[in-house]
Amino acid sequence: MKKKVIIVCCLALLLWNKATATTLKMAFDADPISLDPHEQLSEGTLQFSHLVFDPLLRWKQDSQFEARLATKWERIDNKTMRFYLRHNVTFRTGNPFTAKDVIYTIERLKKSPDFRAMFDTIDSVSLVDKYTVDVHSTYTNPLLLNIMTYVFPMDKAFYQDQDQIVKYGETFASRNVSGTGPFILTERELGNRMELERNPNYWDKNTIGNVDKIILTPIRADSTRLAALLSGDVDFIFPVSPIDIERTKKIKGIQLVTLPSTRILLLHMNQKRRKEFQDIRVRKAINLAINQSLIVEKILKGYATPAGQLSADRFLGHINNLEPEYDLKKALMLMKEAGYEKGFRITMMAPNNRYMNDEKVAQAITAMLSRIHITVDLKTLPKAQYFKEFDNRSADIMMLGWQSDTMDSNNLFEFIIACPDAKTGLGAYNASEYCRPYIDDDIRQANREMNPERRIRLMQQIERTIYNDAAIVPLYWQSLTWAAKDKVKIRDIVNDQNYPHIGDLFIAE
Amino acid sequence: MIIISLISFAIQDKLGDPVQQMVGMTVSQEERNQIRDELGLNDGFFLQYWRFAKGAIHGDLGTSYYYKEPALNVILEKLPATLELAFCAIVLVVIVATPCGVLAAIKPRHILSRLLMVISSVGLSVPIFIIAILMVYIFSIELNIAPSFGRGQTKEVFGLWESGLFTKDGLKHLLLPSLSLAIALMPIFVRLIRAEMMEVLQSEYIRFAWSKGLSARRIYFKHALKNTMLPVITVGGIQAGTLVAYTILTETIFQWPGMGFLFMDAVSRVDTPLVSAYLIVVGGIFVITNTLVDLIYGLVNPTVRLASHGL
Repeated sequence: MKKKVIIVCCLALLLWNKATATTLKMAFDADPISLDPHEQLSEGTLQFSHLVFDPLLRWKQDSQFEARLATKWERIDNKTMRFYLRHNVTFRTGNPFTAKDVIYTIERLKKSPDFRAMFDTIDSVSLVDKYTVDVHSTYTNPLLLNIMTYVFPMDKAFYQDQDQIVKYGETFASRNVSGTGPFILTERELGNRMELERNPNYWDKNTIGNVDKIILTPIRADSTRLAALLSGDVDFIFPVSPIDIERTKKIKGIQLVTLPSTRILLLHMNQKRRKEFQDIRVRKAINLAINQSLIVEKILKGYATPAGQLSADRFLGHINNLEPEYDLKKALMLMKEAGYEKGFRITMMAPNNRYMNDEKVAQAITAMLSRIHITVDLKTLPKAQYFKEFDNRSADIMMLGWQSDTMDSNNLFEFIIACPDAKTGLGAYNASEYCRPYIDDDIRQANREMNPERRIRLMQQIERTIYNDAAIVPLYWQSLTWAAKDKVKIRDIVNDQNYPHIGDLFIAE
Repeated sequence: MIIISLISFAIQDKLGDPVQQMVGMTVSQEERNQIRDELGLNDGFFLQYWRFAKGAIHGDLGTSYYYKEPALNVILEKLPATLELAFCAIVLVVIVATPCGVLAAIKPRHILSRLLMVISSVGLSVPIFIIAILMVYIFSIELNIAPSFGRGQTKEVFGLWESGLFTKDGLKHLLLPSLSLAIALMPIFVRLIRAEMMEVLQSEYIRFAWSKGLSARRIYFKHALKNTMLPVITVGGIQAGTLVAYTILTETIFQWPGMGFLFMDAVSRVDTPLVSAYLIVVGGIFVITNTLVDLIYGLVNPTVRLASHGL
């Protein structure tokens, strides 16, 4: 009798477990500003796109592509790439997914102010048959696949004729959504809460993901977010502030996952504002006086990688033995040679709420530069005001963080190193006003070079020139840190771009 | 109100560039300029203000960039959450601070009242966010009795607003934020009530009451306390401003979806129409509370009313 009762209880428990939906409560620092995936090119928007839409292909953790809505692709000729699309996929509305939706989406991307720059390299998309499209680029483009990771097909029949992209206004697309993704949006209170439920008709039946419901709450304050995790109110958070990391690690039942990202933090030394910076010896001295490893160790508690160049490890332009150098004696000698033995006074600006511990890093740099007698008047600003100052090039030294949208070195060079040119948009974030026309030539060439070997050589050459010229001061690549309850297996679904693939997230009972 | 609107409009430019926040990093200067043009941000200050003022008279304080809705609607939607929080805090202050203050005044030498004084001076000097974080640590992480953020389950009341006061979950969520808000305001009231009450107790009519042989309870609570409350109410009116400032802090720490949190968010997003609208609404609240305080004053102390009759 007793046994029977136990068996019945176990069975009931099993059934009950099956019946209760697995809910993931997550708290990130921001939520998507709009439901329109093309309104803003930002982390929040792309995270959302990965939930409700599916990309044609996406990055895996090992930096390889994974086929999603495109099952395979092949190069037809130098300018054309053919994509074969997945069959039997439907949108939330029930509309079938076909080649028409892909063409529609890419054409819409070309109209979006934020995505236009990237998709300008695609000339047109032509229909081959119901499940095949040809993508024609304006020139031979080695990065076409990287760009295609931004194509999240939208439901043409649903959006058509009411699909205008307005940055600050109410539109159909900013309030309504229809994608093929693993989740369906059920409720949204802007800035406060978002609820999604599993798409019952999701095409990917092989996934181990078992999240039935997501409740996403943006929590801005670092301490509140962590407290919410520790008190059990949420299951999964991002980011974790460096000062909390050690403490969080010690707590039972909580796991911490860190990945090095490709976001480079750097300093621009404005050569137009200061004639001192035109002297390569001064630039070298500054590079030598700044101790990247110490900053990473003391201020970022090891949650970053000291950088001696722009390209992160996984980028093609990365040069293995280019390490940051710290040598105070040599720096002082160089300053003396340049005739600035007594130093000089400069201004510096940095944001105070944009990057991890940005203000403290800036203060540390001020202290380090004072050792080679450069007196720095530091001003730190909230990001909203900082980038306005950055555009005006308001200080002699300015801090910048940059993540390459295409996951390629050339994107860094184009925005940070190329000669500033308002017409082409090249060098838009080059606050050094450093300009070497031959680097621009190399950048252009690397944009068209299809031979991987030659392309790597080109980009490494640029990286080497920047280093030898001490054009900028690379600081470090910031790490990304997530925390979750132990049963939430986030390690397999996070990536260095911070687009967690929650459709594949497994939560243990 | 006009001055508030002018000031709130004038600071807009100092907050940063809204367009910068709207677009990704890679968007060209040209595109940004175009958006700025469409928003009318390239026009002169007075032209922009004129447009704003014209709308404001018709009750239109502009459209929030982020919420894509009229700014006033967004704020009014969040208003109940803040009012509930403030209301609970005020109730807590009244029911805790009054007896504490009275006790400290009646028995100034009692060990409990001395302790109260010490606590209240500590309370005055410790900033609210430390108290709030400490409470989160103790009550939600260690003891796990109250949630650390948010508003919890809400229920629609009389079809007017979404309230957290009527569900268990909502009340649980209210506990920590309202308590920390109350703690921020309590010390000053305890000290004020104590000081005023001690003064009143020295006055002639109280001595007269004693000699008349009235019961202690009647003297303390009917005669003395009522007269003590006059200055307390005045200060309370002024403290309404502090309350607003503290709601911004508490709401940010507890992720309370109210006006203060909205404001902080709007500032960091450079959602300028929302920032201006918030300042105007808060200005309005100030005017209203101060008027109310004046009215209550008349109720508590009849001599005020008599004075206006030119006695």
